[in-house]
Amino acid sequence: MLTLIILLFPVLAALLVLAVRGQQAKQIAFIAALIELGLAGYAFFSFVPDANSQFGFDYPWLAQGTIRFTAGIDGVSLLLVVLTALLTPLIILSAFRHTYDRPSVFYALILFMEAALLGVFTARDAFLFYLYFEAALLPVYFLAALWGGENRIPVTFKFFVYTIFGSLFMLVALVYLYFKTGTPAGLHSSAITALYNLNLSPTEQSWIFWAFFIAFAIKMPVFPFHTWQPDTYVESPTPATMLLAGIMLKMGVYGVIRLMLPIVPEGVQTWGMTALVLSVIGIVYGAIIAIRQRDMKRLIAYSSFSHVGLMAAGVFTLSLNGVQGALVQMLAHGINVVGMFFVADIIASRTSTRLIDQMGGITRYTPKLTVYFMILLLGSVALPLTNGFVGEFLLLSGVFEYNNILGAVAGLTIIFGAVYMLRLFQKTMFGKTTPLTEGFNDVSGSESWVFIPLCIMVFWIGMVPNSFLKLTEPAVANLLQFVK
Amino acid sequence: MQTDLLAILIPLLPLIGFIINGMGFRHVPKGLVGILGTLGPLVSFACSLLLFTGFGGQTIKVPLFDWITVGHLNIPFAFQIDQLSLIMLLIVTGVGSLIHIYSIGYMKHDEGYGKFMAFLNLFLFFMLLLVMGSNYVIMFIGWEGVGLCSYLLIGFWNKNTSYNNAARKAFVMNRIGDLGFLLGIFMIMGAFGSVEYTEVFEQAAGFPIGDATVVAITMLLFVGAMGKSAQIPLYTWLPDAMAGPTPVSALIHAATMVTAGIYMVVRSNVLYTLSPVTLEIIGGIAIATALLAASIGLVQNDIKKVLAYSTVSQLGYMFLGLSVMGYTAGMFHVMTHAFFKALLFLGAGSVIHAVADEQDIRKMGGLRKYLPITYWTFLIATIAIAGIPPFAGFFSKDEILMHAYQHNKLLWVLGVIGSAMTSFYMFRLLFLTFFGRFRGSEHTREHLHESPATMTVPLVVLAVLSIIGGFFNVPEALGGEARLAEFLNPIFNLSRRVRPSAFGETLLTHSEEYMLMGISTAVAIVSAIAAYVMYVQRVSLPEADTVERPVVQKVLYNKYYVDELYETIIVKPVRGLGDTFYSFGEFIIDGIVTGTGWLVQQASGQLRRLQTGSIGFYVFAMVVSIAAILCLRFFVRF
Repeated sequence: MLTLIILLFPVLAALLVLAVRGQQAKQIAFIAALIELGLAGYAFFSFVPDANSQFGFDYPWLAQGTIRFTAGIDGVSLLLVVLTALLTPLIILSAFRHTYDRPSVFYALILFMEAALLGVFTARDAFLFYLYFEAALLPVYFLAALWGGENRIPVTFKFFVYTIFGSLFMLVALVYLYFKTGTPAGLHSSAITALYNLNLSPTEQSWIFWAFFIAFAIKMPVFPFHTWQPDTYVESPTPATMLLAGIMLKMGVYGVIRLMLPIVPEGVQTWGMTALVLSVIGIVYGAIIAIRQRDMKRLIAYSSFSHVGLMAAGVFTLSLNGVQGALVQMLAHGINVVGMFFVADIIASRTSTRLIDQMGGITRYTPKLTVYFMILLLGSVALPLTNGFVGEFLLLSGVFEYNNILGAVAGLTIIFGAVYMLRLFQKTMFGKTTPLTEGFNDVSGSESWVFIPLCIMVFWIGMVPNSFLKLTEPAVANLLQFVK
Repeated sequence: MQTDLLAILIPLLPLIGFIINGMGFRHVPKGLVGILGTLGPLVSFACSLLLFTGFGGQTIKVPLFDWITVGHLNIPFAFQIDQLSLIMLLIVTGVGSLIHIYSIGYMKHDEGYGKFMAFLNLFLFFMLLLVMGSNYVIMFIGWEGVGLCSYLLIGFWNKNTSYNNAARKAFVMNRIGDLGFLLGIFMIMGAFGSVEYTEVFEQAAGFPIGDATVVAITMLLFVGAMGKSAQIPLYTWLPDAMAGPTPVSALIHAATMVTAGIYMVVRSNVLYTLSPVTLEIIGGIAIATALLAASIGLVQNDIKKVLAYSTVSQLGYMFLGLSVMGYTAGMFHVMTHAFFKALLFLGAGSVIHAVADEQDIRKMGGLRKYLPITYWTFLIATIAIAGIPPFAGFFSKDEILMHAYQHNKLLWVLGVIGSAMTSFYMFRLLFLTFFGRFRGSEHTREHLHESPATMTVPLVVLAVLSIIGGFFNVPEALGGEARLAEFLNPIFNLSRRVRPSAFGETLLTHSEEYMLMGISTAVAIVSAIAAYVMYVQRVSLPEADTVERPVVQKVLYNKYYVDELYETIIVKPVRGLGDTFYSFGEFIIDGIVTGTGWLVQQASGQLRRLQTGSIGFYVFAMVVSIAAILCLRFFVRF
């Protein structure tokens, strides 16, 4: 039942926010998101670390009840539910510093987005998963298209068509799989677990692999399906960028873990190398581009693309290390990237530029921002005892075990990551002040309250990763058992 | 139980110091900053001494908690106290404490004083994790952590862009090494299913000599050591790292952090003993580094740069010792080098302090009169590093050279040439700085002064250690007991088991040993005299930068143009690639992918009819209606 409450509450809250006039909307949205966080926190602390789906519900929905409205939380879901519920209030709080037109719509869309994301991460029916997967696109599309930058119309249009196009493949695959279950018509099932037990021929495995792969690869994105991403991140208003980079791209990785690995394990074994090579190319390619970016947001966008490549590579290894690493890294990356975009937003709005070569010397005025920025940076460059290390360590070890050379190439991320991140830090914070950075204001109280939880999480995950790894391991082992 | 507590306190105290001084930066009063900052290291040193004196010869493990657990792999957060970690603990906390005390005098008037002390404490914390960890991943925490502190402290004066660049270079170059280290850890995990030293080494001892996996592991780990301990080709960051405040150069870039690579190899001695190929390669790199850096040091005019190249060169000697299985000799040199090189840097700091932040030795001279304590201690350190008996450097370097001689005469010859250069550049530095007449401005001359007691006391202590340090391990040939070797002996038990022959009694007769000692001492003294003749008698000062130099000197002065080489073959291509990928690659990929999508749409009969309108709109409409229908159906049934 808890899952049902978790799924419905943000929807109801969003409707309430829609009804509110004026800037009050944001406070209500923030409180609602905090309550949602409380619910997720309750789930986190009362979760029994085994492979079962917990706190679930199950109602008949379509096709004589063979398609069901059912959801629940297992270890894999739990981690992403926590991520979503944790980041949403922080994203809302981080938006407080701006005054958006039509705030009630703006904040309601964020809550709708939260609901849809949580639906994706908890759905236990393939069509419900698909529904939420598509539904998650709408709020963020409107956020970007209505409140975005100058180029928002063509950019968001491309983003929309691109991702919709990809998920249509998944829909076809799901419909096909649905009809494969149970021979008499009445016994079809779209329960995700039912799809795990299908006996698919190698050909079927292959094409379903590709149908899923395109859908998820576009979402993450994996090289070469990423060209929608940097523009979208740059043009979107920062809260939408945070939703996209912090949570939404995890839908892709989650989809691979939840659907691809157990449903088409042989497909993954056959094509895993191809997927891994693409992912690893993305890691290096994205990082090298990030080194040369002058626009802060674009730099972070490419770094995010690079980081996601490693997560994708990890899950396609079909190893426990790879998948566990990807899960922890999803959590870590969500935290770091939201923090990074927030830093960029603060700097950009106070200097009225996003170009790093026009900045410098900010640290003189901002002891607090320097510390927060540094902590998030250390997380991003995977310094041990921060959150990024645990994920990258496990991911790289998984990839290295799969193939030494790919592992070594993927490992370049720790070098390039340091190059572009330290460059970003140095160009903005260090050196001489410029007219634009003169008299920079340090972070305010409410801005600090976005950073503090993020920084705590950086160290919590980095120092006590087992508090998360232990929760997810049974569920991951369960999914991986379908790999023969 | 008490041991556990001590072991936990040792790294914890500096960490607490970091947190208080770091969080309270600008709020903690200046007087308190120094006390808080030095208290942690001092108490840690006391704890280390207690551990040392109470040590019974048995390896002690102090497990704290399970850090990362995935499947069968468990990485505990645990410490291991044994002979090797104890020696490192004493060096790190001992020399570390002295340098903290010195920093009170050196940095007190800097606006970032509290931050500085906090970073030094943090460095100590990570360094202690590095040497105390009971497995490779904990070592890696320390390994990367000290790299971070090095970055923060090199770029400490962060308004200066070239300092920031030096800091970034150090971090990135170290990261190149760290990648090797990390891959080495992965291979260890694959081969042994564990990263705990005890388990790994016990299993490794069952491997044959020259086993391919072990060779790969040792090579990868050594790549890490190349970065951290500044060996060819990853050494160029260390001279640049001199941008940091001088106590940092002494602590991090001379006495402790840069010796982490040697510690790692000695720690993994079983693996290296199993892999003679790796040892040969290390030997080649080590001697090349030692000679290359020493030759650059001959012509540098920045007091800290000379010392930096000297450090690179000395690290080469340490690796040379390891490569010929003189593990103890390598560790011995780590110890004596920590004494005299820290002393040299602190002395240089005292000089720089006195001459208003000037670092060019062409503008010094005659400082003997004005800074007597600094002069005498610097002189002692110079004699020690030059390898003149009975000071510390003589014993440790001699032991390395002796092992090299047994292994390969050529290595020995090259090693002796290197020590000739060492002696020359060190005495050149000494004479140019302290002898002759003062060459700086009149204004500076009036303000020349000896440093305060917080700075000179550490100098004196280190000078004493530089004199007596060698007696910790006097060779048998000189009637000593080789106490350090005795103490460290159990560390090499497994190595001895896998290759007993390599650990046999020395083949050299006493007279041969005397001859070797005689030659290296003579060489050092002759070089010192040559430097005296050149810089004191003939007073031939190094030319100004504008003067055209002869080719050889020019190449040395420009450090063999290695930085320029890296710039051309690595940095610029990567930048070019970044620009090309961004401007051209993205365009092409976007074109291909969207073009393919467009073709698919073209080919699809159903979609062809939609061409008249906006495809996006139709897709959009479709999704919205699907969603609406599904929702509706749900609520109707529900």
